[in-house]
Amino acid sequence: MERIILARCGELMLKGLNRSFFEKKLVKNINNAIRHLGDATVTKKQGRVYIEPLNDNFKFDQALKAVSKVFGIVSISPVAKVNCDFDTISEKAVEMVKDIVNRHGYKTFKVETRRADKSFPMKSPEVSGKLGAVILENIPSLSVDVNSPSFTFFVEIREWAYIFTQIVPANGGLPVGTNGKATLLLSGGIDSPVAGWMMAKRGVELEAVHFYSFPYTSERSKEKVIDLARILSEYSGPIKLHIVPFTDIQTEINEKCPQNELTIIMRRIMMEIAERISQNNNSLALITGESMGQVASQTIQALSVTNAAVSMPVFRPLIGMDKDDVVKIARKIETFETSILPYEDCCTVFVAKHPKTRPELMHIERSEKKLDVETMIINSINDTEVITLK
Amino acid sequence: MREKKIYFDNSATTRPYDKVIEDMVNVYASNYGNPSSLHTMGINSEKLIKEARRSIGNELGVKASEVYFTSGGTESNSLAVEGYINANLRKGNHLVTSKTEHPSVLEIFKYYENNGFTVDYINVDHKGMVDLEELDKKISDKTLMASIMMVNNETGTIQPIEKISRIVKKNNRDTVLHVDAVQAFGKIRTNPGISGIDMMSLSSHKIHGPKGTGALFVKKGFRLNPILIGGGQEASMRSGTENVPGISGFGIAAGICFQNIEDTWEKVSILKGKLKNGLLENLDCIEISPEHGSPYILNMAFEGVKAEVLLHHLAGENIFVSTGSACSSRKNIRSHVLSSMGTKNSYIDSAIRFSFSIFNELEEVNITLGAIKNIVPKIKTKR
Repeated sequence: MERIILARCGELMLKGLNRSFFEKKLVKNINNAIRHLGDATVTKKQGRVYIEPLNDNFKFDQALKAVSKVFGIVSISPVAKVNCDFDTISEKAVEMVKDIVNRHGYKTFKVETRRADKSFPMKSPEVSGKLGAVILENIPSLSVDVNSPSFTFFVEIREWAYIFTQIVPANGGLPVGTNGKATLLLSGGIDSPVAGWMMAKRGVELEAVHFYSFPYTSERSKEKVIDLARILSEYSGPIKLHIVPFTDIQTEINEKCPQNELTIIMRRIMMEIAERISQNNNSLALITGESMGQVASQTIQALSVTNAAVSMPVFRPLIGMDKDDVVKIARKIETFETSILPYEDCCTVFVAKHPKTRPELMHIERSEKKLDVETMIINSINDTEVITLK
Repeated sequence: MREKKIYFDNSATTRPYDKVIEDMVNVYASNYGNPSSLHTMGINSEKLIKEARRSIGNELGVKASEVYFTSGGTESNSLAVEGYINANLRKGNHLVTSKTEHPSVLEIFKYYENNGFTVDYINVDHKGMVDLEELDKKISDKTLMASIMMVNNETGTIQPIEKISRIVKKNNRDTVLHVDAVQAFGKIRTNPGISGIDMMSLSSHKIHGPKGTGALFVKKGFRLNPILIGGGQEASMRSGTENVPGISGFGIAAGICFQNIEDTWEKVSILKGKLKNGLLENLDCIEISPEHGSPYILNMAFEGVKAEVLLHHLAGENIFVSTGSACSSRKNIRSHVLSSMGTKNSYIDSAIRFSFSIFNELEEVNITLGAIKNIVPKIKTKR
């Protein structure tokens, strides 16, 4: 019996002529996600991807987890691949069911069969019925319950027979890389990693920019951002993280501009820097974790002033979400615990007591005239540190 | 930038003596036997531990057999407090400690408070000194244990342990006195017999020894319930294979420290004085640590400056210090020590602790002074 992983594709199956482009990307992304876990072949067939270990060294359980994080997959199953004849199927089925009944103490079950290969001599209901009978005969403690069984035994008859009991939901979405690249403004908070995750889920490859204000913030805050990018990269594939020194810019703004405009000017410059970095890296849009009304710089007025700093599209996938919903995703994707570590990040050091909630572009631009924005931006970009996480 | 680090965070941990490292490398490489083994290698390891025990016993003026090795200050405090309480539950249900103890003592007392014990946390004055009158009133015939630290880790306040012991024993001669001497050992000569201390916690890495090693002095005759139970090492007080290289290194560090104890005291006194006066003369700041505290610790507040921001700026110049309290804009936890002393919040939030060692030099103080003079005006909040 061979253990393999069966992954089911989601909406990319609905694609028309360029479906094979999506599928190829998906296969490539799965390959990247499991490469470090051992040797396996990844093949796609009829809306499914089969991951078959080539030897016993393959780390199967870790691979299950890694594959479940790849976007474009709606669910996965650990599956036994056996020869396509009823006797072999029943023999393996009894073995598998005995094992899970022992482990979980299940009492009831049903069998579900899909016969894709119509040359197989028995029809689906017949397979289910006969296989159910064999299982009942061999494991007397079980009974059949077709309405709410403790577990379902699945049989899929194709070139081979695939038998399994587990369907683990995955994240869906589209394979990363099928929708170009965008640049995520990554802080150390809860929101921005979630925003990046949501865009990656729609097939967008990620580039990330972090603004680093040492010594106003701790070196640990930088480590934290690197950790966050690393967690994201488990979903999105490799991420190039640009760590932009921001201290000089912040002190300059702090000295020359009105206190209640600090945050908004700072954010405009961040957007400009991110846009330049994007242009140098074939990235076509920006992604932020902004959510309507969450803080002073995220009112509709403030957002439009920030937005006016750049000409690229800015994606804000969290714009209509409540904090609770964002936290739920952050927990699910396992960035939350890292995000809540208490190190100061760049947004929390230079903050006015009462920042402007309804800034006007005209006023802000007038304040910015006091700064040599161009030189500041060029210097920061020149001193940027780039780390690739994969 | 200067390559050389200036390390003024010696209350957090210290650089090990070269001799300690050499010794430990040797032990790791050649004397790796288990002290419990019956063969020669085991015996050789056992000898190393004996030597360290004798060395530390000598320095304290106590019997070697009254010294038990542990994994460090926290474990010593746990073993002393939990171990004694659990072994003597019938003798009383009242405990006394001070408000400025290290968390490794304070949190245990809070635990017992939540589990049916009555605990009195004695107040301190603005210098961090325990209120002796209050102590006198609180010790009763129900008092099982009192635990007071010798030197405070944030302020360097030195408690009058002899007086404290006399007060405790006068009110109840059966009340056991535990002293957390982690910041005092190797810096202030202490003889538990003379000072009337029943149990005393020590740590190795605060005196240029290795991390992961400490000791607890327990006066003969006191019964403790061990926390780690097993093979019966350390006279069944602390089971688990002994950290032979660590213990050996600890012994050597203690030896060197005590040999130079007066000279070092003098040296760090000068460094502290220079830094303090330099800061007071040139900057708008105040001293939080008491005038006559430990010369190893200087705590200064720079009102209007966020301590953590100053700390990172200094780190940017390879100067390493500590903040008076963990403070970030999201999680404002103020130091319980400074709060108990009645220090106002704007001082606590801007408090920096400089802590010295034999390895510090006057030149380092001057460089640090210069750096702080540069940084503070830049990062002071506009008002």
